[in-house]
This record gives sequence, structure tokens and C-alpha cells, in this order.
Amino acid sequence: MDARSESQPTPTKSRTTVERKSERELVITRTVNGPVRLVFEAWAKPELFAQWWVPKSVGLTLVSCEADVRTGGQYRLVFRCGDSEPMAFFGRYIEVIPQARIVWTNDEAEDAGPVTTVSFEEKGGKTLLVMQELYPSKEALDAELASGAKSCVDETFDQLDDLLLVAA
Amino acid sequence: MVKCSTAGLDASFTALSDATRRGVLEQLGRSDASITDLADKFQMTLAGMMKHVGILEQAGLVTTEKVGRVRTCKLGTRRLDEETAWLEQHRQLWESRFDELDKVVDELKRKEKNNGRKK
Repeated sequence: MDARSESQPTPTKSRTTVERKSERELVITRTVNGPVRLVFEAWAKPELFAQWWVPKSVGLTLVSCEADVRTGGQYRLVFRCGDSEPMAFFGRYIEVIPQARIVWTNDEAEDAGPVTTVSFEEKGGKTLLVMQELYPSKEALDAELASGAKSCVDETFDQLDDLLLVAA
Repeated sequence: MVKCSTAGLDASFTALSDATRRGVLEQLGRSDASITDLADKFQMTLAGMMKHVGILEQAGLVTTEKVGRVRTCKLGTRRLDEETAWLEQHRQLWESRFDELDKVVDELKRKEKNNGRKK
């Protein structure tokens, strides 16, 4: 009984939805338990952003995080997966309206990267986040869908193997 | 493998974008049916239904088999499973990301409350 309830997501989880709204558009929604003022702060301050953008379960390490969250500002995130070469993700903020909206480009994929818009909407002390990833073409989104299947999981298991070897 | 599934996703999303084709999938979920049955059910010509079934077949969502003069259609779920899996994987990434965001926001709320008390 206990084991079952542990393995099943509680009703407060699974609040995140992902939907392909059109040929070149993904929409992700989530309600975060806090006022828009604080949710925006957690998004716009690099030292806070770095605490949540790379969840541990993904198996990536955030090496550095620079973000100037203003209209016209730029960002650069560097990740590492195990001992692999670091990967950089970068772009610029097309529009930043404090506590309402952030729009940014994803330039590491050159012309194939999406423009991402996140909007913040406060409802009863909570914040509804709606993220739209708009790709330049259907082909670009299809390619992303395919590459999304690749993950850092294999390297993570390698790391676990190493740990177990040391432990043994 | 990865490249293969791109074409599959592409064809499936096209196939699912039409209300009649979604209806056909629903129908085939209940029982297999011939093209004639489906054409009757959805009140369209045989040629029209063949076109829809052809698109579903290309996407791997439906398989057909011709026995004598009758072409029977049944559900083929492979591609649909792949897409569902991809979207679920993507959802899980965002779910864990936003779970972490929730924690950061909780921490900010706590700090704000403490600061409020000090004042």
C-alpha cells in the first residue's frame, strides 16, 4: 500500500503539460506556487536561475550561467555531461517585460533554433507559466523532436558505474 | 533510429490533424472495419475514405489487409507510441525543472517572510 502510493505521482505533481500546438510550435504550461513577483525574480536573476534550470535528474552539470535579462541583453549557459566536452547554449532577449513576459532566441542551433516566449500570469497567489517554443519551420521542430530522444542518461549510468567500482 | 522517427512523427502529426481521420482511429479502436464500412459510417465516398486510410497507413497508425475484394483496416499503434513517449519525456524534463523552480520560489517566500518579521 505504502509502496504503491510512493510510486504514483501525487495530485500536486503532473501539473506540467506539453503540447504540439501546430507544425512549428510547442506549448508548455505549469502553475508555480508563488506570486509572479518571486517567480520572475527566480527567472531573471542568474544566481537563482542556475538553481533550477538544470534539474539533477537530467544528469547535466551547469558549468556557468551568465544572463542579462533585459530587452537586448544576452545569455550564455554552459553545461557538461559527465566528462564530455562542455556545451554552450546562448542567445539574446528580444523582449523583457518585468513580471509579465520574457522572449529569447536560441542561437546555438543557428537558424534552426526556436524563439521562446514565457508569460507570467498571477492567479490567487500562484503563477501560471505559459511557454511557447516557436520554431522557424516544421522541419526544425521535427529535428528537435528527434534529437530530444538523445539524453545524458547513458553517461550518468557510466558515472554511477564508476562510483560503484570505487565503492566496491 | 533517431532520424527514422523524425519522418514518423511528421507523418503522424499530419495524419492526426484531420477530424475524420481521428474518428476513423477511434472507430478502429473499437473494432476492425472494411473501407466500405468506414465510408458508410463517415458518409463519404469509397475513394475519399481510401485517401484518409492511406494517410493513416503511411503514418503507421493503421494497417490494412486485402482479402478477396475486401480491404480490412485495423489499428497500428507503433508510431503513436513513439510520439507519446517523446512528449512524455519532454514533459518530464519540464516537470522536474519546474519542480526545482517551485523550491527556489518557496525559499524566496520564506526569506521574504523572515525579513518581514525583522522589520
